[in-house]
Amino acid sequence: MTDLAARKARPQYRNIGVSQILSYRLPIAGIVSILHRISGALLFLFGIPFFLYLLQQSLTSELSFINYSAIVGSVLGKLVLLVLGWAFLHHAIAGIRYLLLDRHVGIEKASSQLSAQIALGVSLLLTLVFALKLFGVF
Amino acid sequence: MTTNRIVVGAHYGLRDWLAQRISAVVLLVYMLVLLGAVVFTPELSYFTWAGLFANVWMKVATLMAVFALMWHAWVGIRDIYMDYIKPTGVRLFLQVLTVVALAGYAFWAVIILWRI
Repeated sequence: MTDLAARKARPQYRNIGVSQILSYRLPIAGIVSILHRISGALLFLFGIPFFLYLLQQSLTSELSFINYSAIVGSVLGKLVLLVLGWAFLHHAIAGIRYLLLDRHVGIEKASSQLSAQIALGVSLLLTLVFALKLFGVF
Repeated sequence: MTTNRIVVGAHYGLRDWLAQRISAVVLLVYMLVLLGAVVFTPELSYFTWAGLFANVWMKVATLMAVFALMWHAWVGIRDIYMDYIKPTGVRLFLQVLTVVALAGYAFWAVIILWRI
Protein backbone atom coordinates (compact mmCIF):
# COMPACT_ATOMS: atom_id res chain seq x y z
CA MET A 1 0.00 0.00 0.00
CA THR A 2 2.86 2.38 0.75
CA ASP A 3 4.06 1.50 -2.70
CA LEU A 4 0.85 2.77 -4.22
CA ALA A 5 0.95 5.98 -2.15
CA ALA A 6 4.49 6.66 -3.29
CA ARG A 7 3.47 6.11 -6.86
CA LYS A 8 0.57 8.56 -6.51
CA ALA A 9 2.92 11.23 -5.19
CA ARG A 10 4.90 11.28 -8.42
CA PRO A 11 4.33 14.42 -10.49
CA GLN A 12 2.06 14.03 -13.48
CA TYR A 13 2.21 16.11 -16.61
CA ARG A 14 -1.05 15.90 -18.48
CA ASN A 15 -0.78 19.20 -20.27
CA ILE A 16 2.75 20.41 -20.74
CA GLY A 17 3.22 24.05 -19.72
CA VAL A 18 6.18 26.41 -19.99
CA SER A 19 6.16 27.06 -16.21
CA GLN A 20 6.93 23.38 -15.56
CA ILE A 21 10.09 23.27 -17.70
CA LEU A 22 12.49 23.36 -14.75
CA SER A 23 10.78 20.47 -12.97
CA TYR A 24 11.11 18.07 -15.91
CA ARG A 25 13.75 15.43 -15.50
CA LEU A 26 15.14 15.08 -18.99
CA PRO A 27 17.21 12.04 -19.91
CA ILE A 28 20.69 12.83 -21.26
CA ALA A 29 19.56 12.31 -24.86
CA GLY A 30 16.77 14.82 -24.20
CA ILE A 31 19.27 17.37 -22.90
CA VAL A 32 21.44 16.91 -26.02
CA SER A 33 18.30 17.26 -28.14
CA ILE A 34 16.99 20.51 -26.61
CA LEU A 35 20.52 21.97 -26.64
CA HIS A 36 20.74 21.03 -30.34
CA ARG A 37 17.59 23.07 -30.92
CA ILE A 38 18.70 26.01 -28.74
CA SER A 39 22.17 26.11 -30.34
CA GLY A 40 20.59 25.98 -33.81
CA ALA A 41 18.32 28.90 -32.96
CA LEU A 42 21.29 30.87 -31.57
CA LEU A 43 23.30 30.22 -34.73
CA PHE A 44 20.43 31.41 -36.91
CA LEU A 45 19.55 34.50 -34.85
CA PHE A 46 23.07 35.74 -34.02
CA GLY A 47 25.62 33.43 -35.65
CA ILE A 48 24.83 33.99 -39.33
CA PRO A 49 24.72 37.83 -39.21
CA PHE A 50 27.72 38.03 -36.85
CA PHE A 51 29.95 35.70 -38.89
CA LEU A 52 28.92 37.30 -42.20
CA TYR A 53 29.85 40.69 -40.72
CA LEU A 54 33.21 39.31 -39.56
CA LEU A 55 33.79 37.73 -42.99
CA GLN A 56 33.05 41.06 -44.66
CA GLN A 57 35.33 43.02 -42.31
CA SER A 58 38.15 40.49 -42.62
CA LEU A 59 38.05 40.32 -46.43
CA THR A 60 37.10 43.77 -47.77
CA SER A 61 40.40 45.64 -47.25
CA GLU A 62 43.48 45.94 -45.04
CA LEU A 63 41.72 48.72 -43.15
CA SER A 64 38.59 46.67 -42.50
CA PHE A 65 40.84 43.75 -41.48
CA ILE A 66 42.18 45.96 -38.67
CA ASN A 67 38.58 46.59 -37.62
CA TYR A 68 37.95 42.83 -37.72
CA SER A 69 41.02 42.23 -35.53
CA ALA A 70 39.78 44.83 -33.05
CA ILE A 71 36.34 43.17 -32.79
CA VAL A 72 37.78 39.69 -32.39
CA GLY A 73 40.38 41.03 -29.95
CA SER A 74 37.88 42.76 -27.63
CA VAL A 75 36.57 41.02 -24.52
CA LEU A 76 32.95 41.38 -25.66
CA GLY A 77 33.84 40.01 -29.09
CA LYS A 78 35.59 37.04 -27.50
CA LEU A 79 32.61 36.30 -25.26
CA VAL A 80 30.25 36.38 -28.27
CA LEU A 81 32.65 34.10 -30.16
CA LEU A 82 32.78 31.74 -27.17
CA VAL A 83 28.98 31.41 -26.94
CA LEU A 84 28.58 31.00 -30.71
CA GLY A 85 31.59 28.66 -30.74
CA TRP A 86 29.89 26.41 -28.19
CA ALA A 87 26.64 26.63 -30.18
CA PHE A 88 28.43 25.53 -33.36
CA LEU A 89 30.43 22.75 -31.70
CA HIS A 90 27.42 21.33 -29.88
CA HIS A 91 25.22 21.60 -32.97
CA ALA A 92 27.84 19.94 -35.19
CA ILE A 93 28.72 17.09 -32.83
CA ALA A 94 25.12 16.36 -31.78
CA GLY A 95 24.33 16.55 -35.51
CA ILE A 96 26.90 13.86 -36.31
CA ARG A 97 25.23 11.72 -33.62
CA TYR A 98 21.83 12.23 -35.30
CA LEU A 99 23.29 11.29 -38.70
CA LEU A 100 24.57 8.05 -37.14
CA LEU A 101 21.19 7.40 -35.46
CA ASP A 102 19.54 7.93 -38.85
CA ARG A 103 21.83 5.21 -40.19
CA HIS A 104 20.56 3.01 -37.31
CA VAL A 105 23.96 3.14 -35.62
CA GLY A 106 23.59 2.88 -31.82
CA ILE A 107 19.83 3.12 -31.51
CA GLU A 108 19.64 0.81 -28.50
CA LYS A 109 18.92 2.53 -25.19
CA ALA A 110 22.33 1.95 -23.60
CA SER A 111 24.40 2.91 -26.65
CA SER A 112 22.27 5.98 -27.39
CA GLN A 113 22.70 7.15 -23.78
CA LEU A 114 26.45 6.61 -24.12
CA SER A 115 26.63 8.51 -27.42
CA ALA A 116 24.60 11.37 -25.89
CA GLN A 117 27.11 11.58 -23.03
CA ILE A 118 30.00 11.50 -25.51
CA ALA A 119 28.41 14.23 -27.67
CA LEU A 120 27.83 16.46 -24.64
CA GLY A 121 31.32 15.80 -23.25
CA VAL A 122 33.24 16.23 -26.51
CA SER A 123 31.46 19.48 -27.42
CA LEU A 124 32.14 20.93 -23.95
CA LEU A 125 35.77 19.78 -24.12
CA LEU A 126 36.29 21.34 -27.57
CA THR A 127 34.58 24.53 -26.32
CA LEU A 128 37.09 24.59 -23.45
CA VAL A 129 39.98 24.20 -25.92
CA PHE A 130 38.47 26.99 -28.04
CA ALA A 131 38.12 29.21 -24.95
CA LEU A 132 41.78 28.61 -23.97
CA LYS A 133 42.86 29.48 -27.52
CA LEU A 134 40.56 32.52 -27.57
CA PHE A 135 41.93 33.97 -24.33
CA GLY A 136 45.51 33.32 -25.33
CA VAL A 137 46.51 30.45 -23.06
CA PHE A 138 48.24 28.74 -25.99
CA MET B 1 -7.68 14.26 -48.16
CA THR B 2 -5.57 17.17 -49.29
CA THR B 3 -8.02 19.67 -47.78
CA ASN B 4 -6.72 18.78 -44.31
CA ARG B 5 -3.24 19.95 -45.14
CA ILE B 6 -1.91 23.00 -43.31
CA VAL B 7 -0.76 25.79 -45.62
CA VAL B 8 2.28 26.56 -43.43
CA GLY B 9 3.06 22.92 -42.68
CA ALA B 10 5.82 20.74 -44.01
CA HIS B 11 5.70 19.30 -47.49
CA TYR B 12 4.68 15.95 -46.02
CA GLY B 13 7.56 14.19 -47.61
CA LEU B 14 11.12 13.11 -47.51
CA ARG B 15 12.62 16.09 -49.34
CA ASP B 16 13.17 18.53 -46.47
CA TRP B 17 14.26 15.79 -44.09
CA LEU B 18 16.85 14.67 -46.64
CA ALA B 19 17.91 18.24 -47.53
CA GLN B 20 18.54 18.89 -43.82
CA ARG B 21 20.96 15.97 -43.66
CA ILE B 22 22.73 16.50 -46.98
CA SER B 23 23.26 20.20 -46.23
CA ALA B 24 24.58 19.21 -42.78
CA VAL B 25 27.22 16.98 -44.41
CA VAL B 26 28.14 19.75 -46.88
CA LEU B 27 28.59 22.17 -43.96
CA LEU B 28 30.67 19.70 -41.95
CA VAL B 29 32.99 19.07 -44.91
CA TYR B 30 33.31 22.82 -45.59
CA MET B 31 34.15 23.59 -41.95
CA LEU B 32 36.86 20.91 -41.98
CA VAL B 33 38.28 22.31 -45.26
CA LEU B 34 38.27 25.84 -43.78
CA LEU B 35 39.88 24.62 -40.55
CA GLY B 36 42.54 22.75 -42.54
CA ALA B 37 43.22 25.78 -44.75
CA VAL B 38 43.64 28.04 -41.69
CA VAL B 39 45.83 25.54 -39.82
CA PHE B 40 48.12 25.07 -42.84
CA THR B 41 48.45 28.82 -43.47
CA PRO B 42 51.85 29.75 -42.00
CA GLU B 43 50.94 33.26 -40.88
CA LEU B 44 47.39 34.59 -40.76
CA SER B 45 47.31 38.15 -42.09
CA TYR B 46 45.00 40.10 -44.37
CA PHE B 47 46.96 38.96 -47.44
CA THR B 48 47.04 35.25 -46.64
CA TRP B 49 43.37 35.29 -45.53
CA ALA B 50 42.11 37.27 -48.54
CA GLY B 51 44.44 35.22 -50.73
CA LEU B 52 42.72 32.06 -49.57
CA PHE B 53 39.30 33.44 -50.50
CA ALA B 54 40.62 34.80 -53.81
CA ASN B 55 40.96 31.21 -55.08
CA VAL B 56 38.10 30.21 -57.35
CA TRP B 57 37.73 26.82 -55.63
CA MET B 58 37.41 28.56 -52.25
CA LYS B 59 34.79 30.97 -53.58
CA VAL B 60 32.80 28.11 -55.08
CA ALA B 61 33.12 26.01 -51.91
CA THR B 62 32.10 28.96 -49.72
CA LEU B 63 29.07 29.72 -51.87
CA MET B 64 28.03 26.06 -51.80
CA ALA B 65 28.34 26.14 -48.00
CA VAL B 66 26.34 29.38 -47.81
CA PHE B 67 23.48 27.92 -49.87
CA ALA B 68 23.60 24.69 -47.84
CA LEU B 69 23.48 26.79 -44.65
CA MET B 70 20.45 28.76 -45.82
CA TRP B 71 18.52 25.63 -46.74
CA HIS B 72 19.61 23.91 -43.51
CA ALA B 73 18.60 26.89 -41.37
CA TRP B 74 15.27 27.18 -43.17
CA VAL B 75 14.26 23.58 -42.45
CA GLY B 76 15.41 23.80 -38.82
CA ILE B 77 13.83 27.15 -38.03
CA ARG B 78 10.57 26.10 -39.70
CA ASP B 79 10.58 22.96 -37.52
CA ILE B 80 10.83 25.22 -34.46
CA TYR B 81 7.93 27.39 -35.68
CA MET B 82 5.80 24.31 -36.38
CA ASP B 83 6.39 23.07 -32.82
CA TYR B 84 5.79 26.29 -30.88
CA ILE B 85 3.84 28.76 -33.04
CA LYS B 86 0.27 27.58 -33.50
CA PRO B 87 -1.71 30.48 -35.08
CA THR B 88 -1.42 30.16 -38.88
CA GLY B 89 -1.09 33.92 -39.48
CA VAL B 90 1.74 34.40 -36.98
CA ARG B 91 3.56 31.32 -38.27
CA LEU B 92 3.26 32.48 -41.88
CA PHE B 93 4.54 35.94 -40.91
CA LEU B 94 7.58 34.47 -39.14
CA GLN B 95 8.24 32.09 -42.02
CA VAL B 96 8.20 34.95 -44.53
CA LEU B 97 10.48 37.00 -42.27
CA THR B 98 12.89 34.05 -42.06
CA VAL B 99 12.94 33.45 -45.81
CA VAL B 100 13.60 37.15 -46.46
CA ALA B 101 16.40 37.19 -43.86
CA LEU B 102 18.04 34.04 -45.27
CA ALA B 103 17.78 35.27 -48.87
CA GLY B 104 19.32 38.58 -47.74
CA TYR B 105 22.18 36.78 -45.96
CA ALA B 106 22.88 34.67 -49.06
CA PHE B 107 22.95 37.80 -51.25
CA TRP B 108 25.25 39.51 -48.72
CA ALA B 109 27.63 36.53 -48.86
CA VAL B 110 27.71 36.71 -52.68
CA ILE B 111 28.61 40.43 -52.51
CA ILE B 112 31.39 39.79 -49.97
CA LEU B 113 32.97 37.08 -52.13
CA TRP B 114 32.42 39.01 -55.38
CA ARG B 115 34.68 41.87 -54.24
CA ILE B 116 37.79 39.82 -53.57
